[in-house]
Amino acid sequence: MTEVLEGTQQGAQARSSSDTEPFLVVEDLTVQFPTHDGLVQAVSDLSYSVGLGETLGIVGESGSGKSVSSMAVLGLHDEKRTRMTGSIRVGGKEVVGAGDHAMRKIRGNDAAMIFQDPLTALHPFYTIGAQIVEAYRLHNEGNKRTAKRRAVEMLDLVGIPQPDRRVDDFPHQFSGGMRQRAMIAMAMVNNPKLLIADEPTTALDVTVQAQILDLIQKMQKEFGSAVVMITHDLGVIAEIADEVLVMYGGRAVEKGSCKQILTHPEMPYTWGLLGSIADVTGDTSKPLVPIPGTPPSLLNPPTGCAFHPRCVHKDKVPDGRCNSELPELRPGIYANHLTRCHLPDPDAIYESEVKEVVM
Amino acid sequence: MFGYIVRRLVASVLVVVVISMIVFALFFLGPSNPAAVICNANGRCTPERQATLEHALGLDQSVIPQYGEFVKGVFVGRTISVGPGADYDCGAPCLGISFRSKLEITELLKDKYPATLSLAVVGGSLYLLIGSTLGILAAKYRGSATDRILVSSSLVFSSIPYYLVALLAWLFLYNEYRLFPETGYFAVTDNPVKWASGLLLPWLVLGFAQSPQYARFGRGSMVETLSEDFIRTASAKGLPRNKVLFKHGLRAAIVPIVTIFGLDMAFLLAGTVFTEEIFDIDGIGAWGLDGIRLLDFPVIAATVLVGAILVVVANLVVDIAYSFLDPRVRLA
Repeated sequence: MTEVLEGTQQGAQARSSSDTEPFLVVEDLTVQFPTHDGLVQAVSDLSYSVGLGETLGIVGESGSGKSVSSMAVLGLHDEKRTRMTGSIRVGGKEVVGAGDHAMRKIRGNDAAMIFQDPLTALHPFYTIGAQIVEAYRLHNEGNKRTAKRRAVEMLDLVGIPQPDRRVDDFPHQFSGGMRQRAMIAMAMVNNPKLLIADEPTTALDVTVQAQILDLIQKMQKEFGSAVVMITHDLGVIAEIADEVLVMYGGRAVEKGSCKQILTHPEMPYTWGLLGSIADVTGDTSKPLVPIPGTPPSLLNPPTGCAFHPRCVHKDKVPDGRCNSELPELRPGIYANHLTRCHLPDPDAIYESEVKEVVM
Repeated sequence: MFGYIVRRLVASVLVVVVISMIVFALFFLGPSNPAAVICNANGRCTPERQATLEHALGLDQSVIPQYGEFVKGVFVGRTISVGPGADYDCGAPCLGISFRSKLEITELLKDKYPATLSLAVVGGSLYLLIGSTLGILAAKYRGSATDRILVSSSLVFSSIPYYLVALLAWLFLYNEYRLFPETGYFAVTDNPVKWASGLLLPWLVLGFAQSPQYARFGRGSMVETLSEDFIRTASAKGLPRNKVLFKHGLRAAIVPIVTIFGLDMAFLLAGTVFTEEIFDIDGIGAWGLDGIRLLDFPVIAATVLVGAILVVVANLVVDIAYSFLDPRVRLA
């Protein structure tokens, strides 16, 4: 929240609201989809906040609710097919229940989003330039020439070589990494104060991944934005996040600073995530430790703790509370660390039993 | 692009040549004898008379010389004997003369084609417009009552055979209650009002009867497009919903519709047999049907060739249109 932006109108608004609260505040967000088979409880009681200049990493496997919750921030769910309660405030503006008209002013302007697969996320029939120009002119006055110049500037900023020529290329003429750069250029063209990146590196090869992460950080510095980085890759988290939120079965199960989560995780699911990372600098013959079982059904979530069917430590909790009682998100042993687990002293278990396997 | 079109044109010509050969071969290898039909139609048919007729029609030669004559006629014209001592000078491009009416096929074609063209172009555009509009609406309100009514009624309508719809329309809307003016073809250059009124009912029947197919197809294409990632990107930019639907959605969804329509148009232009027969329109379809009935070979050959050329041309046009619609298919 210390980031102060040059005196654009949006910047002024953001500053005044940030006196009282962070730029993005999500409070008790619940997202449900009624289907023929029942109610899909995609996100339950999720709360987090991100300030300007900060990066929140949201980690979790497929179906943990990380994408659903971020799409809710931009109001991208079909209202007719979605039940949403709680509160999401972007720069002080309430999103839950906001009309389409109000949302359109937030989308692409206050908050922008980049997606996993930059090939399918860009329209195949319009040039890169036309798509950036469209995004710019939606939220800015100015003729096509100014907008086009702005598009070239943005492409230059994200590191596209010969931007004045490439601006007229179609997405299929770009490589994967360049497409994601172009996506970022399009997202940042209106100086959004919030950038949501939904697995932006998943579809890219490893060398390009690092470049894209660097670029996102550069953009964040340039525009002073808040960033929400959604990923299932803890390597990405280690690289970029200040705070980390671990999601499982539609709920936050652990939250804390990046360092705490990576060095002193207190929730067995996070241990599992850390255990399933390949360590190429260590003993490469050591097998990876997968998390047994499969992600929970969001249609019929398990009773108690959603992770208990896969948890190898549940026997350490007396009275089978793990499968009867949903643990609260309670403070862990370190400051600003929240964890949703019944284990009485998870850090001790981690230090004595888990760490060796994980590290 | 230019090289591509040249290559495609050469290939198209080859296709047409092969089709003309197949038509010739099928007709002459078949058991039918037009001379016998014509001869018997006049009552007293003696073997001598039939032989004379066969000679006059050139049927006593084998297939290959006849095909050679035909090809020669197309390029330089030829002289056709229409009876003892009577020769007909058929100038290029000559597709022969009708066994029956003794008129030049090319003249007949020029005479009949405007009717089919009028019917096909307006009728086809009508069903493209009605059908895809309904389909897009259904996709826009997917899952709603509007959608379900559109989908189920289009299924019902497209299950009724076309000739039945056309016959019933003619029977009730024209013959019984006279809700529409008399059908038939009148040259547009003579009297545009009469032209339009004569074709009004066939246009509407063609338009409505074929539109359910386009409604379902258009809906499918649109629904598929709307689930694409780039649609989500467009919404995430802050585009109004209608722009997302039309500028981004329809732009992509229209491509397969254009493809199907191009090929459909080729079939329509090659002759709308039922429509022309039922509504008494003197076009290619009805003419070709008569040709088959009377074993009038030059007529059959001409209609089949026209059909083949149209299908080949439509394919070419669709492919070229594709490269304009979809930048990923820029042709080298």
